[in-house]
Amino acid sequence: MTAALDTPRATDGRAPDVFSHDDWIPMRQYREDESVDFVIVGTGAGGATLAAKLAEGGFSVVAMDAGAFYRPLADFASDETAQNKLYWLQERISGGDDPVEFGSNNSGRAVGGSTVHFQMVVLRWRPEWFATRSKLGYGRDWPIDWREMWHYYDEAEEALKVSGPMTYPWGPPRGRYPYREHEVNAAGLVLAKGAEALGVAWAPTPLATLSAPRGKAPPCVYRGFCKSGCSTNAKQSALNTWIPRAIAAGAEIRDLATVGQIETGADGLASGVVYHRDGEWRRQRARNVVVAGYAVETPRLLLHSACAKHPDGLANSSGLVGRYFMVHSNHAVWGVMQDEIRWYKGPPSMAVCEHWNYEDKGKDFHGGYAFMSQGPLPIDHAKSLVSETGMFGMELRQRMALYNHMAGLKIVGESDARADNRIELSDEVDALGIPLARATYAWSDNDKRLYSHSLRFMRQMLEAAGASDMTETSSTAHLMGGCRMGTNPSDSVTDADGRTWDIPNLWICDGSLFPTSGGVNPSLTIYALACRIGDRIVAMGKRGEL
Amino acid sequence: MAERSFRNPYPDYDVLAKWQSPSWNAQTRDVVAKRLDDVPPRRFLTETQFATLGAVCDRVMPQPERDDADKVPIAPFIDARLHDNRTSGTRYLPLPAMRECWQRGLDAIEAEAQHRFHRAYAALDPAEQDLILHAMNKGETEAPAWGPHLPAQKFMRHELLQTIVEVYYAHPAAWSEVGFGGPASPRGYVRLQPNRHDSWEGEERDTTLVREAAYK
Repeated sequence: MTAALDTPRATDGRAPDVFSHDDWIPMRQYREDESVDFVIVGTGAGGATLAAKLAEGGFSVVAMDAGAFYRPLADFASDETAQNKLYWLQERISGGDDPVEFGSNNSGRAVGGSTVHFQMVVLRWRPEWFATRSKLGYGRDWPIDWREMWHYYDEAEEALKVSGPMTYPWGPPRGRYPYREHEVNAAGLVLAKGAEALGVAWAPTPLATLSAPRGKAPPCVYRGFCKSGCSTNAKQSALNTWIPRAIAAGAEIRDLATVGQIETGADGLASGVVYHRDGEWRRQRARNVVVAGYAVETPRLLLHSACAKHPDGLANSSGLVGRYFMVHSNHAVWGVMQDEIRWYKGPPSMAVCEHWNYEDKGKDFHGGYAFMSQGPLPIDHAKSLVSETGMFGMELRQRMALYNHMAGLKIVGESDARADNRIELSDEVDALGIPLARATYAWSDNDKRLYSHSLRFMRQMLEAAGASDMTETSSTAHLMGGCRMGTNPSDSVTDADGRTWDIPNLWICDGSLFPTSGGVNPSLTIYALACRIGDRIVAMGKRGEL
Repeated sequence: MAERSFRNPYPDYDVLAKWQSPSWNAQTRDVVAKRLDDVPPRRFLTETQFATLGAVCDRVMPQPERDDADKVPIAPFIDARLHDNRTSGTRYLPLPAMRECWQRGLDAIEAEAQHRFHRAYAALDPAEQDLILHAMNKGETEAPAWGPHLPAQKFMRHELLQTIVEVYYAHPAAWSEVGFGGPASPRGYVRLQPNRHDSWEGEERDTTLVREAAYK
């Protein structure tokens, strides 16, 4: 069974056992006409984590996802094309000076969200990034102290059994990673060689894929199809970590359930959601609604839920829902090595350099970037080549035949949060009648200086590692912002707990909360935020503050 | 114009030889078998649009060393995708929605051929066909059919080329010619170091182009 699923699986008191080919686990179910404590929209790094934390805290929880509930062992093929089913491929309209690519680039559609196809890079934020305005003189402070976030990084890394190095070269000392580091592949050793030649540090990348067995999940076998979904369960995604935990604690997962609207009552409070499942529109009552749809779908749902009491969309009295939408710059340098590299083996990014995240001198820009070794599979590699250069014909075919000698370095570059970079609703609707999201994006001058610096530096490094015939590509990665949290209702959408200022029983728990983007992949920070929000809500519940 | 031939660094490697090995699980065999056996019929594009697309695919991914029966089919899979309306997740402004974009884009290529050479694109010489693709790539098309909502370069790079390589590099013949290991589950890899490979990976026989790249 490899086709995309079109009928829900989590029904009749059971859910798929993700560690089996065709087995089930028992799952509690809730009635639609009785209010559950929390309905959560989205089951990615934010929603799945929160579902587990809240269910373990004693709340009744229903978590919905527009995507299917897969069993990786049976449902995931070793094939880039077939695994497109893991991506959010419904159209989003993309404009602005530097339009963002969505789909396979950054958006998942499955129980487990984008973590089902993420490349498992789990890096902590530099402490100062939680207060860039106060400490570094740009951007905006988060409403949470870095030490608290670092405490929750510990929890998230433990939950994912992250494999990482004994000592990490950058930032404050940290404990050991739960699992030992992976052997670095040839593609990663190119980065290592270049870093050593240029005199900067490098490290084996902390990865959320197992380096030793864990329960029913085996260690990584370096098959390299991480972006197409892990068919062995070595990858520690939300699907095989937080989701089983949530179900065991009494949460219900509703797969293939697309939420079209959040309903509010006469008191202006959220009263539940209207969702589409199995061919019909349905309604789930809830005492609290959490939106965890990521930085496009979360603002889209809030804006589309406008009603007489909230004419500009829910939680939008500040006018900021959809604004300060961010992506990372994802520029790269590629070169030909005389060595055989065969970068298809192992997770794509096994070596990392965070030098320019922690070094503030010698820069003509603010912010930072990490960069990592690369291992795109053939389709991915060919697509980035043609979209950048327009290369075609025998030249393209022959260039692709150098595949096993290619090495690349690619950044995750911090970008400025800008009000005009935003998500809005377009005039067109999708098959369910919901307006399509329209994204507008443009780099700031600082963003351009940052990625230009990175291209120069990575080119030097690749050259020092022995690469020739180099090319550059420009792209973006990750989605953040659009519903930023803060300390003031006039310039943010939620408080530090993800609780919307306007509607106290409406919450947000995903990457859209980020006020700034940082220079590393966002997933670990989303997991940590969700762990924190979960603890905060449980504590508030005990104090009667919900 | 004589087509440059393809220099294959892995002439004796065929990922399909691993079909029954632990590298290929059942679900992978299913999807690849379907791809190889069920080439979809034309259902969405018109005959002319489909002929134009076929000619474009031949120029973007020339396969002169293969007999017609052995060529990796590309246009039929693009037509199937349009027929099923399987979108990519992104519609770049000002391009229209995917289906309309391809219909109008292929019509515009045909119009460009008629405008420049007074013949159908599919009937042009390869050099003439390439000339039009290069013009699109540079945004220097002349036919009015392109218009402000169909910038040729955007259509070329974001839709046409991306989709063609997506189909071509989904084929086992393409995996073999670049030395890609192909499907790898449940068996993955053991030897991750430079210049090492497992016995179930392809052997590189011709390093001429790699050595040439050292001087670029």
